[in-house]
Amino acid sequence: MAQTTSPATEAAPDEPDESASGGGTRDPADGGETDVVGLGKWRASAFVAPAMVLVAVFLVFPALWTLYIGVTNYRLTGVAARTPEFVGLDNYTQALGDANFLNSLYLTLVFVLFSAVIGQNGLGFALAWRLQDARGWVKRLVESLVLLAWILPSSIVAFLWIALLDRDSGTLNALLGTPGLAWLIEYPMASIIIFNIWRGTAFSMLLYSAALASVPPSQLETARLVGASRWQTLRDIVFPHVRGHVLTNTLLISLWTFNDFTPFLITAGGPNGRTEILPVYIYNTAITGGEMGYGAAVSLIMLVINLIIAMFYLRLLRERK
Amino acid sequence: MSREDGSIAASASERGADRPVSGASEAPGKSTTVAAEPNQAAGQPEPARPSPPPIMTPRQVVGRIGFYTVIALATAFFALPMLWLVSTPFDDTPGLSISLPDLTLNNFRDLMDNPYALGSLLNSIVLAVGAALLVVIFAALASYSLSRVKIPGRDMLLYALLLLSSIVTGTAAMVPIFLMMFQLGLIDSQIGVILVLSGGLLPAAIFILKDFVDTIPKSYEESARVFGASSFQILRHIVVPVIRPGLATIAVWTVVNVWGNFLVPFILLRDTDKQPAAVLMRTFYTEGGAPNLALISTFSLLYSIPVVLMYLFVNRKYGFRFHGGIKS
Amino acid sequence: MHRSVCAVALGSVLALTATACLGSDPEEEQDSTRNADATEVSLTITANAVAGGKNAEEAEWIENYVIPTFIEQQAEDGVTVTIEFQSSGVDDEEYKSRIALDLRTGSGADIVSIDGIWVGEFADAGYIQPLTDVVGGDLVDEWDGWEQINDAVQANMSFNDERYGVPAGSDGRVLFFNKALFAQAGLPEDWQPTSWEDVLEAGRALQGIEGVTPIQLNAGTAMGEATTMQGALPLLVGTGAEIYGEDELWQGNTQNIRDVLGLYEEIYTTGLGDPTLQQEAQGRDKSFAEFAAGQIGILMEGDYFWRSVIEPTAGVAPMPTRDEDVGYAMVPAMEPGSGINGQDFVSMSGGGGRVLNPATEFPQQAWELLAFMNSAEATKELVGDGARLTQRDDVNEEILANDPLLSFIAEEVVPLSAYRPGLAVYPEVSLALQQATLDVVTGVSPEDAAATYQTALEQVLGGADDIASD
Repeated sequence: MAQTTSPATEAAPDEPDESASGGGTRDPADGGETDVVGLGKWRASAFVAPAMVLVAVFLVFPALWTLYIGVTNYRLTGVAARTPEFVGLDNYTQALGDANFLNSLYLTLVFVLFSAVIGQNGLGFALAWRLQDARGWVKRLVESLVLLAWILPSSIVAFLWIALLDRDSGTLNALLGTPGLAWLIEYPMASIIIFNIWRGTAFSMLLYSAALASVPPSQLETARLVGASRWQTLRDIVFPHVRGHVLTNTLLISLWTFNDFTPFLITAGGPNGRTEILPVYIYNTAITGGEMGYGAAVSLIMLVINLIIAMFYLRLLRERK
Repeated sequence: MSREDGSIAASASERGADRPVSGASEAPGKSTTVAAEPNQAAGQPEPARPSPPPIMTPRQVVGRIGFYTVIALATAFFALPMLWLVSTPFDDTPGLSISLPDLTLNNFRDLMDNPYALGSLLNSIVLAVGAALLVVIFAALASYSLSRVKIPGRDMLLYALLLLSSIVTGTAAMVPIFLMMFQLGLIDSQIGVILVLSGGLLPAAIFILKDFVDTIPKSYEESARVFGASSFQILRHIVVPVIRPGLATIAVWTVVNVWGNFLVPFILLRDTDKQPAAVLMRTFYTEGGAPNLALISTFSLLYSIPVVLMYLFVNRKYGFRFHGGIKS
Repeated sequence: MHRSVCAVALGSVLALTATACLGSDPEEEQDSTRNADATEVSLTITANAVAGGKNAEEAEWIENYVIPTFIEQQAEDGVTVTIEFQSSGVDDEEYKSRIALDLRTGSGADIVSIDGIWVGEFADAGYIQPLTDVVGGDLVDEWDGWEQINDAVQANMSFNDERYGVPAGSDGRVLFFNKALFAQAGLPEDWQPTSWEDVLEAGRALQGIEGVTPIQLNAGTAMGEATTMQGALPLLVGTGAEIYGEDELWQGNTQNIRDVLGLYEEIYTTGLGDPTLQQEAQGRDKSFAEFAAGQIGILMEGDYFWRSVIEPTAGVAPMPTRDEDVGYAMVPAMEPGSGINGQDFVSMSGGGGRVLNPATEFPQQAWELLAFMNSAEATKELVGDGARLTQRDDVNEEILANDPLLSFIAEEVVPLSAYRPGLAVYPEVSLALQQATLDVVTGVSPEDAAATYQTALEQVLGGADDIASD
């Protein structure tokens, strides 16, 4: 079956709707054949091996060790450093009974919901949608700025926002004419949510930009002919195509936001713990308080919650088929 | 993910985006219909070919204004915090506010006096490039084979690894990582840092790249196989050129993550000459913890430039996309 | 499924075997005279200091004076020494984590700088050992430097009455006040309050001046240990109790604590202090800047404030009129005689020192280097042109003669200072105390805040057995 070489010039026939898989279990529409290209189990394993070895040694091993520490009362200093004791599920019961932990959990869920699921998703999609028809230079400018926000290192970005929101000499207060308004003290969660939206929209925007470009233009034109409004086009034609992308994107950014430590650099857990999201909570208990065992236990709880979120999304994903 | 032929449709849409309706995507049949009605085409405008009216309706004007307002707001939102970074380093009296600076280059001179500043930027580059090479190569190999061969349990494995990677990048894993590296004799070694960072980043990289590879049609590889190419040759000559945007994106993503990582190099490196910029940034404080804004802002600017340049370079050459076999 | 199951199983087996490695290695009896006659010696020093950044003076002193001079001295005796300095310039907590990891694996530097309050927990963890055990013999006890170091200062680097390290300096807390503002409010220039009420009265007199915050008493969790050391603890010892008493009980919901919180309430709810400032992430730095700008009347801080913050030429928040306008007074007890040991005036002192790594390969030489670093000449060299409290009385006498505040602190304040307990749980107790002050500043009553504080302590200490309450 000789074919032309460049993918760009080939005119393939329209294929039936895709399997919206984020690494899902359905294979691409080739009838579910495994190993089409004749890699063979052995060679496939060989290809995967280097990555797996690296991951096994430098990720799996320390991660499991950390989880083990979670069932001890290990500390970095003090008597428990010399002779750590196995305490079973004590760390976990302590965590679940700790009002600070529950508060932290609640704050983290709020943080993820508003800044990632709604914020980054929404803004990313809106920008991708709007910029579709924009002129070249406008598109490049906006995209570059959005990406810059994502690329700059965390410690610098934190400083930028501290400078922006400062009570006395901050730029935001200067612009809005509200001198003396301590944003980080009076609206701490709102501040870090907006900050995280600013920081992470780039990923969503790029993903949706690619996804939107893959919506078949024929259907878009048909909609325009029929006189559908922009909103109807969005709802009936675009969404079905990008549904899979929405879910994958939301999964990734939810996980990343859940584990994001950067807000600590801005509020250090907020005035009186009002922005003490879980990564900050773990830092405070494990490093400042020295309770490594407890910190590790909380890390496992976080992992379980991540797992639940991931499974929730996957279930949604499968139902869509 | 996008359709198998997503790439084709996309390029068609890019070419056809500005053209009127009866463009690339209409089936051949229709064009004959059009051709068969020449007299209709002569006098009246075809209902299937709307051309933009000469004057914009008020609604469209409002729409345009709205559009530009949104763009302007977005631009302002994203640009505003960054202004501090471009104004403060040149300011003689650096503070937290963004104001017209009393221009000076003194801050840069002060930064040069610091014996570790420039060296740390070099160290950051070493760590970032090392990790990027490792991640790109391993992830490309792994994601290609995971995409093409249905190994049982691969999805579960990938998800499990993705979740575990969040533990290893947190503070609680500090002790096990240190103890393990000590046993391996990799303390105070930049290679050790590169290995640890790569290990943490690989799962997500494979996850993203695998999606990317999934969208590449297998037809080329199949035909190459028919012609007797080995898997490695297929990978190298056919697949890699197509997924180059994805690889470039993974590389940039890795560099960005390594560039800002403080904890791992801090824990594993002892010699200050080997410390990357992320660690050095934390030292620009005075004895009592007051930040030295002059040094911090200046160093931040220098610290940001390499990543920005890298992104611009990659974007120009390969396009920066996380998904789909789409060329930018 | 095979592959993933295998990976997980392998990982778990490895993790389980790794658990045995969690505890520290058992202390092997090391021969303290090992390598005593070596002619080629290599040593490493580490401190939380870095040239061009944090504690730059110390870093430069080590690199440019200590190392070359010691090498020269040893060369005269025919011993070739190479010394490396591992610098670091990060937050204390992160530095502490790093050296803890090094010490537990028996690696890291030979001479390690640590904060005085870490001594207890490091000793409990087996990371450090008494100096005499590491060096052996009488070498340590016979060092003449000990006579020059105040007993209380020595105690800062001791645990269970054994010396673990040599102190590297000391400090003290006083009340700084702005004489110009005082004159405006009709208060005396040579103000020395003798009770808390005196301080409050002065504050009320200052309340009349526009744009001035009368009193800055550190509070809240944002300022971290600065709240405890320059806020709660000096007040607590002024009521006659230390945070961890000789009866081996921690202060819980006691009248002393409630009195301390009561003073916070009085200051922050009647307009004598700025509650918002205590909650800002950069609140402490801002309070410094405000004092330097003449916007704060009375501020409790350590001598560090005088010599590094408002210092007219090189300070972080320089105050050109410092020498004329800034006065200082001892911190009064709640009432005359109500302080610990029946004192009328109180203070807290901190400071760190240097310890020896028990796993060092050259214990004798490491001690020599440590003793050299704490010799009179070396200490004078560190201070250089500046002035600060050193650990040695003889050096202090010489260099502080020209600085009134520092001689004041060295002579009057340090002798009546109390120290923090070097126990592993102290940081968490401190945090609970900071939280209590934050509660009061944000409107909670002292009684409620003290009750919450008690609960927090019980959680930290695993029960109420070690807590005093009434």
